[in-house]
Amino acid sequence: MQLVYLITAVALLVGLFILGIRAIAGPTVWDRILATNAIGTKTILFVTLLGYIAGRPEFIDMAIIYALVTFITTIAILKFAEKGRLD
Amino acid sequence: MAWNEIVCTIFLALGCVVTLTGSVGLVRMPDFYARLHTAGKTDSLAQLLILFGLVFVTPGPVDEIGGWLIRVKLLMVGMILIIAAPTATHAITKAAHLSGLKPWTKTDPGGEPK
Repeated sequence: MQLVYLITAVALLVGLFILGIRAIAGPTVWDRILATNAIGTKTILFVTLLGYIAGRPEFIDMAIIYALVTFITTIAILKFAEKGRLD
Repeated sequence: MAWNEIVCTIFLALGCVVTLTGSVGLVRMPDFYARLHTAGKTDSLAQLLILFGLVFVTPGPVDEIGGWLIRVKLLMVGMILIIAAPTATHAITKAAHLSGLKPWTKTDPGGEPK
């Protein structure tokens, strides 16, 4: 069963690097924000899988916090990119 | 392998395929709105498949409340993400549309996508 977790984690990492290409090379700022948002979702899954690989599923608490932080970060960056200020 | 590990393997394999499909689509699609299409849909589906698959292999007794804590937390992350991910995608779309980004069509005079 460890092998299944490892293969899934490697697939997520490959997806992360492919998304990183778009986050670096994206022509508009919206492409970068979209790729960063997708990277956040994949990181949540990766942290959860890491807990199962290490035999400690309690790592899910970190995934909950990361899910909330990623959403707020995306909305904050969007507001800044749209209006140029945060107030 | 026990039956729950087989079910988990099927869900994780589907999640891998959907994840990689979305990542490749985000790089290869011609313009921003097409990329939004692949990224927004595959994100929601892949996280649901992987988190739901992991529920089956969580260690702990099934007949006690303590064994259900991790499973409920996994489904909680899934619920948070299934609300937050489409909302974020919608917000990105709205911000890009309001900023004046035009969708690319094949009949554009320029011809080349941005």
